Amino acid sequence: MMAALQTEGLVKRYGALLVTDHVSLDIRPGELHAVIGPNGAGKTTLINQLSGELQPNEGRVHFDGHDVSALSVDQRARAGLLRSYQITSIFEEFSVLENAVLAALAAKRHAWRFWRPMLDDSAARPAAQEAIAAAGLSAQAGVAAGELAYGQRRQLELAMALAAQPKFLLLDEPMAGMSVQESTAVTELLRGLKRRYTILLVEHDMDAVFSLADRITVLVYGRAMFTGTPDEIREHPEVRAVYLGEETV
Amino acid sequence: MTTLNLTRPATALPLLLFAGLAAVPFIAGALGQPFWTSFFARILIYAIAATALNLALGYGGLVSFGHALFLGLGSYAVALPAFHGVDSGWVHLALCLLVCGVGALAIGAISLRTSGMAFIMITLAFAQMGYFLLVSLKQYGGDDGLPVSATSRFGPLNLGSPLVLYGAAWGVLALATWWMARLRRAPFGMALRGARQNARRINAIGLQAQRLQLAAFVISGALCGVAGLLLANLNAFASPSSMAWTVSGELIVMVVLGGIGTVFGPLIGAVAFLGLEEVLKGMTEHWMAIFGPLIVLMALVGRHGIIGLLDRLGAWKRARAEVAPALSEGHA
Repeated sequence: MMAALQTEGLVKRYGALLVTDHVSLDIRPGELHAVIGPNGAGKTTLINQLSGELQPNEGRVHFDGHDVSALSVDQRARAGLLRSYQITSIFEEFSVLENAVLAALAAKRHAWRFWRPMLDDSAARPAAQEAIAAAGLSAQAGVAAGELAYGQRRQLELAMALAAQPKFLLLDEPMAGMSVQESTAVTELLRGLKRRYTILLVEHDMDAVFSLADRITVLVYGRAMFTGTPDEIREHPEVRAVYLGEETV
Repeated sequence: MTTLNLTRPATALPLLLFAGLAAVPFIAGALGQPFWTSFFARILIYAIAATALNLALGYGGLVSFGHALFLGLGSYAVALPAFHGVDSGWVHLALCLLVCGVGALAIGAISLRTSGMAFIMITLAFAQMGYFLLVSLKQYGGDDGLPVSATSRFGPLNLGSPLVLYGAAWGVLALATWWMARLRRAPFGMALRGARQNARRINAIGLQAQRLQLAAFVISGALCGVAGLLLANLNAFASPSSMAWTVSGELIVMVVLGGIGTVFGPLIGAVAFLGLEEVLKGMTEHWMAIFGPLIVLMALVGRHGIIGLLDRLGAWKRARAEVAPALSEGHA
């Protein structure tokens, strides 16, 4: 089967520092693929290269059967490769609904309209409302994003990626800084999204990763050390030593 | 549909102001004071320019310190063809939109490679280049300016007539304000305002912040040019001084004073700025000494200028209205 997202020998250097070391990933359609690794392993840098915000020094990115290495971040977004941010990146002055509708419209290239209100868009609004409901934010739809509590801002971050009705989601630590209850809620949300979207999940919450992921790639010092199912990861001696050594899984 | 909330002072008052402005020529005519028509025409024209600037500055977050350039270009789009005997308003308008649009496209494309302070300086530099270019054109009056020998003629209507000019300025301002109210909530306006808040995210959801900002800059420049076209007809004169950097500064002050990023802010700001200037000038020749501190005070008091103050007034009144029945119930 053709890969949904594939990288070939991605390399990213900052001076002498090798942040991404010949990473070749192969993510299958419908899969939930997690990337784990200690702090500084280069996980966000990897996501930034997949989303197009960073250009790798070497290597290629294939998405949906096309080489997207030369495409900019907005072009990749319109092709259906959407991301969320580890550090919440929302439009603070807009309501939750406005944030999501804007994301839904943008992906369809419908932002160049100068007269009718954005919220009247008959396609984007339902898509946005569905995404907000999926993220569990329906009760806050009218609230300004800047006034949301931390956990709700993280939920909006997800809702915005979902509203664009993407083919592929790049989720950069969706549970970062969340309380246990909030993480549990997001885990359930992601379980609901699984199979509907192909997802690459970067996450520190090991309980979530091991209960959700089909396959896991362990990133250490920018190198993809091992890729396998959660069971294989648990039993892999080297992975245990490097990464899981102290953790009980 | 967006509906106007007329109980909100920040909406009701500007609409009353529009109605009042429409009545000005008739009142001035009845009182035999034609000066008031031309004075308020000037306010309307600067309100158009400020509304244009607000699209770039308020919605887009682009601090253009060179918008007077478009005011000047619009003026010369009347004066230069008139100098060569062309009095067709359609030619003036087409030339104005073309020159200002292309000018804004070129300046925007270069300036938007920078941001923050550098953007302010580059837009200022372009405006200064335009200023000195016109000063150097001795055959067109140089720094003395150029009288408009034939005002813009649109069929039977001649903008040289104070009443026609006033009506045109009022109409353009009303349409521009209406459009800005629609645009603020339309996809383009939302995306533009989104780009001001978070350009990175705008790109990540599949748009290009820079392209949105460039489009806003071009529309803004062209609309500001129309204000210049009207200004040249009002004064029957085009002068490089309308391109001076102080004029760019005054436009920014009008927008900030009225309420940056709001729909009616530029109108309120232009009325307050030019009205206050006129009143204070009548009181003392050292009017700047009063005017300056007042502007500083306004800047300190409210982030959203006069519109922001009106909104707070509305909130205060609502809060009182909610408390009052509760109190009277207590007495009963």
